[in-house]
Amino acid sequence: MADYEVPELHEYPIIPKLKEGVMAHSSPFIAADKFQGPLGFPGELPDNWKEVAIDKMGELLGKYRSLQVFLDICVHCGACTDKCHYFLGTTDAKNMPVARQELLRKVYRRYFTFAGKYFPKLVGAVDLTEEVLDDWYSYFHQCSQCRRCSVFCPYGIDTAEISMAAREILDAVGKGQKYCNEIIGKVFVIGNNLGLPEPALADTLEGLEEDIEDETGVKVRLPLDVKGADILVVTPSADFFAEPHVDGLMGYAKVFHEAGVSWTLSSHASEAANFGMFIGSYENMRKLSLRIREAALDLGVKRIIFGECGHAWRVAYSFLNTLAGPFDFLDPKYPVPQHILEFTYNLIQEGKLRFNKAENDDLRVTFHDSCNIARGAGMGQMEGGQFIIPREVIKAACNHFYDMPQDTIHDATYCCGGGGGLLTDDLMELRVKGAQPRMEALKTVTEEHGITNLAAICAICKSQFAKVLPYYGFTMDQIVSVHQLVSNAIVLTGSEQEAELAAEAESK
Amino acid sequence: MSFVSTLYVGLFYAATVILVVGVTLRIKKYAQTPAPLKIPTMPAPRTEAGVAMRMFREVVFFESLFRSNKWTWIFGYLFHFGMLLVLLRHLRYFTEPVWFWVNWVQPFGKYAAFAMLAGLLGLWARRFLVDRVRYISTPSDHLMLALLVGIVMSGLGMAYLVHTDIVAVKAFFLGLMRFSPQPLPGDFLLLVHLGLVALLMIIFPISKLLHAPGVFFSPTRNQTDDSRERRHLAPWAKELEASER
Repeated sequence: MADYEVPELHEYPIIPKLKEGVMAHSSPFIAADKFQGPLGFPGELPDNWKEVAIDKMGELLGKYRSLQVFLDICVHCGACTDKCHYFLGTTDAKNMPVARQELLRKVYRRYFTFAGKYFPKLVGAVDLTEEVLDDWYSYFHQCSQCRRCSVFCPYGIDTAEISMAAREILDAVGKGQKYCNEIIGKVFVIGNNLGLPEPALADTLEGLEEDIEDETGVKVRLPLDVKGADILVVTPSADFFAEPHVDGLMGYAKVFHEAGVSWTLSSHASEAANFGMFIGSYENMRKLSLRIREAALDLGVKRIIFGECGHAWRVAYSFLNTLAGPFDFLDPKYPVPQHILEFTYNLIQEGKLRFNKAENDDLRVTFHDSCNIARGAGMGQMEGGQFIIPREVIKAACNHFYDMPQDTIHDATYCCGGGGGLLTDDLMELRVKGAQPRMEALKTVTEEHGITNLAAICAICKSQFAKVLPYYGFTMDQIVSVHQLVSNAIVLTGSEQEAELAAEAESK
Repeated sequence: MSFVSTLYVGLFYAATVILVVGVTLRIKKYAQTPAPLKIPTMPAPRTEAGVAMRMFREVVFFESLFRSNKWTWIFGYLFHFGMLLVLLRHLRYFTEPVWFWVNWVQPFGKYAAFAMLAGLLGLWARRFLVDRVRYISTPSDHLMLALLVGIVMSGLGMAYLVHTDIVAVKAFFLGLMRFSPQPLPGDFLLLVHLGLVALLMIIFPISKLLHAPGVFFSPTRNQTDDSRERRHLAPWAKELEASER
């Protein structure tokens, strides 16, 4: 299946022996000129690239306290060294978070610190060379910015911040990553990552409405560009046709239908994902976010709700107010934005949704906390709501739910292996190997509780798992959307399922 | 006054200026550099008081390190807590009359030096024995530990083996503080001890020792989880917005 070895899954996690440079060959495709321009980046390495790169680093040091502080204060204690899924899966020494940071830090020291300027050997400072730049390109694209290392660092040093800065410097010298930059360009032109134009989108939604009607006998709508709707729903474009994403989207539609609210999708903001974050570009992240503001204003909605997407929820929850706010034109009764899980959870709490859990009785489910939701965002107005709410929603729809081992869930969750702009075929080896810690935890819970399915709330996680599960002896259809479970079990008013339940109750 | 005494007077004045000015400039830089986005490591406290508690647990108990690695935590804690007691005990050489509570610390402080040493040796051992930590260690990491071990050993040597004229040492430091320099005893261990301490003070603002003030400025630890309730905007981001309108 592959020309590299798929990592073994052990009974208990093992910290591997170091092998330096075994992943040095892993680099994503470089963005061509035409993908760089629209984002404001040069298309190739300028002659004075070194100067440009160092200037950019200086600029970022002045703009981001995180970068300045994190580059200064690491003491090389080693607390993070065994916390990265890419290190555990690839065994490459440079994939230890601190070693990854050092790639940038050693250049920072050389050009920006007294010790590095005068005693470079002593403190491990090096000149910026083309080899260093190549190392940056390779290893800063082996970080999914999942922030697991930052949880365990005694100073909270967050490698994601460092990788974002590194990628921004790389973009400034024309070494952009094709996957991310091409996608950002597509959103600017068409409105979503997949490049799905409005007519195709309308067609797809119509098809989904028919599917739901066939299944339940109820006319559940998936409205597009409806002016005056109460709620604008922004969801990752993968929800429009990828599996199992689309089953989740049908779940949202059923919940909205049952709640009796008016809602709409937007063709202008037909993408929740924001790859601007992956490349560390505030400007691009902001430009992408503004599309959501524009759509909300244009449609005249009162609320914004996000679908199941990991990094999109981080941008939405933590950054949207900063990037595209203030949202004083929306109804102040609701947080801006809300998550679909918060919406569904609230309805469940109020007893407004009816479930027939037996519909999910053939499933034994575990839940994968998406890194960006677990460590980059919140949910509900409570600390740790992002762990409680998804599980409560799953339990409301399923009888059989079991968690994976404690050190692999909640804020210690492992990335799926495909986040941070790495969900591309040219990084397949990295993705397979990076999934090892999560697959190991899944295997453990499978052996203990006979788990059949892994539920997720992130478009990237879902796509990544669908691809890598088979490498580890699972099947691709074991990954499900949380709202797919909701969709399976929800009993719509006036549906065939409701009638059947009533008949059953009567015959008893 | 002897040449050595004069040299140490100059050394300690210089080291103090470098330490205070250097660290102040660094703190100023950290404080003035904006944090444009809310990036607390979640779940994070939703109030300022909660953030203060989180920082307290981090600084006083090394909470994150405890979760991460028990060996590093034990050695790190022995070293830092030992050092705290030792430093408090040393206040008796800088105060006249000695504050009453410094006398209470005195007996613990004397033994804390051993805890400090054990911690340092444990941390140093990790740099040789654990392949991951060995890989990330730079020469300066080893030298820093050597420097601290040197300080502790020379101090222990004076406390338990070759005593120095401690009354004269106190007179020397009080003299420094009152800008009326006094002679320093010429004992070898004392000169080594104080020389290494001055060196530590000098490299503090240009080294990883900045983790001490730096941790308080770490956005992942010192921000509140309130991004949906309050709009957070850096000055440069505000300018960016203004330039577009």
